[in-house]
Amino acid sequence: MTDLAIELIGICKSFGAVAANRDIDMKVAKGSIHGIIGENGAGKSTLMSILYGYYQADTGTIRVNGKDAHIRNSQEAIRLGIGMVHQHFMLVDTFTVLENIILGAEGGLVLKRGIQEARAHLKELNREYGLEVDPDAIVGKLGVGLQQRVEILKALYRGADVLILDEPTAVLTPQEADHLFRILRTLKEQGKTVILITHKLREVLEATDNVSVMRGGQMVGNVRTCDVDRAALADLMVGRKVNLQVDKAQREPGEVVLSVKDLNLTDRRGVRLLKDINLHVRAGEIVGIAGVAGNGQSELLEVLAGMVQPTSGEIVYKGQNLGTLKYRQPKAAVLRRLGIAHVPEDRSREGLVKAFSNYENAILGYQCDRSVCKGPFYSRKALVARMNTLIKQFDIRPDNPMLRVGLLSGGNQQKVVLAREIYANPDLLLVGQPTRGVDIGAIEFIHKRLIELRDAGKAVLLVSVELEEIMSLSDRILVMAGGQITGEMAGQEATAPALGLLMGGGDKH
Amino acid sequence: MKFGQPSTLPRWAQLTILPALNIFAALLVTGLVTWLIGENPLECLKLLIHGAFGYGEGIGYTLFYTTDFIFTGLAVAAAFHAGLFNIGGEGQAYLAGLGITLTVFAFDKVLPFWVLMPLCLIAAMAFGAAWAYIPAWLQAKRGSHIVVTTIMFNFISYSLMLYLIGHQLIEPGSQNPTTREFGQNAWMPAMQDILAGIGIHIPNTPLNGSFFLALIACVAFYLVVWHSRWGYELRTVGTNEHAARYAGMNVTKIIVLAMCASGALAGLSAVNELLGSTHRMNVLFTNGIGFVGVAVALMGRNHPVGIFLSALLFGALTQGGLDLSFAKPMITREMVLLIEGLVILFCGGLENLFEPILAMFFKRGK
Repeated sequence: MTDLAIELIGICKSFGAVAANRDIDMKVAKGSIHGIIGENGAGKSTLMSILYGYYQADTGTIRVNGKDAHIRNSQEAIRLGIGMVHQHFMLVDTFTVLENIILGAEGGLVLKRGIQEARAHLKELNREYGLEVDPDAIVGKLGVGLQQRVEILKALYRGADVLILDEPTAVLTPQEADHLFRILRTLKEQGKTVILITHKLREVLEATDNVSVMRGGQMVGNVRTCDVDRAALADLMVGRKVNLQVDKAQREPGEVVLSVKDLNLTDRRGVRLLKDINLHVRAGEIVGIAGVAGNGQSELLEVLAGMVQPTSGEIVYKGQNLGTLKYRQPKAAVLRRLGIAHVPEDRSREGLVKAFSNYENAILGYQCDRSVCKGPFYSRKALVARMNTLIKQFDIRPDNPMLRVGLLSGGNQQKVVLAREIYANPDLLLVGQPTRGVDIGAIEFIHKRLIELRDAGKAVLLVSVELEEIMSLSDRILVMAGGQITGEMAGQEATAPALGLLMGGGDKH
Repeated sequence: MKFGQPSTLPRWAQLTILPALNIFAALLVTGLVTWLIGENPLECLKLLIHGAFGYGEGIGYTLFYTTDFIFTGLAVAAAFHAGLFNIGGEGQAYLAGLGITLTVFAFDKVLPFWVLMPLCLIAAMAFGAAWAYIPAWLQAKRGSHIVVTTIMFNFISYSLMLYLIGHQLIEPGSQNPTTREFGQNAWMPAMQDILAGIGIHIPNTPLNGSFFLALIACVAFYLVVWHSRWGYELRTVGTNEHAARYAGMNVTKIIVLAMCASGALAGLSAVNELLGSTHRMNVLFTNGIGFVGVAVALMGRNHPVGIFLSALLFGALTQGGLDLSFAKPMITREMVLLIEGLVILFCGGLENLFEPILAMFFKRGK
């Protein structure tokens, strides 16, 4: 048995009545890459927050390098050699790489000496681990992959021996992710220990030595990665057999529902967010838009949903030019009435009002619809009945229409949004990241619903950063990079490497 | 407590024990100060409570002040549900006074009560709404922060009204900066007269029909905010503006309307003061009721039931405090303000001070 870098024994943590972690045991060997996999809400992040000192465990012991440790805050974690790379980077965009790295470890009131020492140390780290980061570059101007490396450098600079990475590939192209895994392997060869938190099976299988599987706040498996396969891991994660393949019959698409010609969007500072977009979506067809987050897909969805006014270009929906319509009400409301439904990318920011109850969220966007209320006052009874229908149709749990939507799990929140938009019986459904932060069980369900909608002859435009999702659902795939469409492929012919190349192909990267 | 963690207290405890503890803490500190200046805190507390609720006239005055605070509290809450902090209730009520006065001056010689009174109500609401409209427009179209503009508009209203009352509306020949008395057909019936009509006799106080108006406003507020399409849009804009835009709501229009509703509610407090009590307009008749409204809404959690209760508390503090300051020369008007300030501090600013301790008891009890 090799030495253990981290050992967790009987960790329990509750928030109110909710047990986020129950009796967790985990061993992380020194010099290994250890994956922690589980659905959203399985307790991975809570467990790592305990290890990094954000939370204190209610009971249980943490051992670092064989010694009992009481980690009360992140400073103590750093002192014990634990470093963390967050999913959302903690960097100051306007500072240089060097300045970001010494932030919080300046080494005295006068910066000059600290900076010089840091520069020397950084050079060494850069060489040792092959990170290839320019210390004088402004962080805001670096790509996402490089920013992540700055975060890794920051942790290493503080003397981390154990590096925790929280969902590190969420913002990366497949190529960038591969690069990251190469870096992690170098770190491992140099004797560092890496803990990789993820919900993607592929990454665990590709990059880790051991894997711990969490479900519902409990540890349900600690295995060597070479002993398991994809299906076995998925079953462990969900606790039942999962169908990862989407059943989809071939279907001849109908007439064009939406067509976009030479669409451009320039923001106030003159940055071109969308460049000459041309696309069309037919009835009975799912068109997927692949791309790394932040390459114009979000803007495209917002323009099509009427939330943002395009700078130029033509959008034709069912033969109507939307640019020449007269709008007496906000455009988003008018388009919705015309039959364009929109599942926004960020459900908690746009798609839901978290402080509202389920039944109130079920009418968001349709608050003036004749089916919701005829006069100025709502009938609560009618709204609750409407919500109950949605709950039944979409298996939303718990099945309480009065519950605040913020208390539902990510998957059920997404079901509320999807149910609401599909209930309106749209001709065109715009869907952004339908399964972001959604557990596997709900993913299956949501995918099935989207296919059903397509089979019912509706047009679906799907934006997602999950390549697997795009590939398994779409009839046609468009790839966006740098605000442009860089390629188109038929759904059956697309492969991840081919799409990946296109995803990196805009002017931006 | 870490940010983002849900409260561990049951809702009923949050709404009962916590505010009670907060008021108790405020009273404790007040008691300490009272003791320091050489008075007996318990005796003072007894005098205060007796002043507010101990005898008929006291109750009348308490409810009269409560009426003011309900209106200004609802005003702050209406804006708050749209995510706006309207600190301009004072100025809006003041301007509403102008609307009432102009209407009465124009019509009290010609129109009967049943026509004039609704006209006055409309004028009060319209002038209050108009004074709120300008900051709202500036916020929605120009991004000027509503807190800053509404505060500034209070000061503008002070100067404007001082000029108007002192130079234009002043009763000819009067030495005081006040208008002439309104005609009796513009008086809101006093409570003692209303109740005498059904055979109940109570002492004479300024309490008047506006109190019923305030209760109606509470019910209407609840129905509109939680059961109407407009209230739904209002709350959506207030809690998640992005979702409101996503849902195709006209955010600018809703913000402006919410502020106008807020100003109109604040304006109704002028009805209580001018038509219900003084029957003429004095300089600074608002006397800070707009600001107390902020505290009332804060304590009442922007819900009509809470606002009614906290308005009653502040009404009692105002009336009981006045009585107390008559009885005890050491306790000045400023001491009463100190008590009010402490209540605001503990119930507003330090709202969750006792939550962790209380949560511990609940945990242990399980």
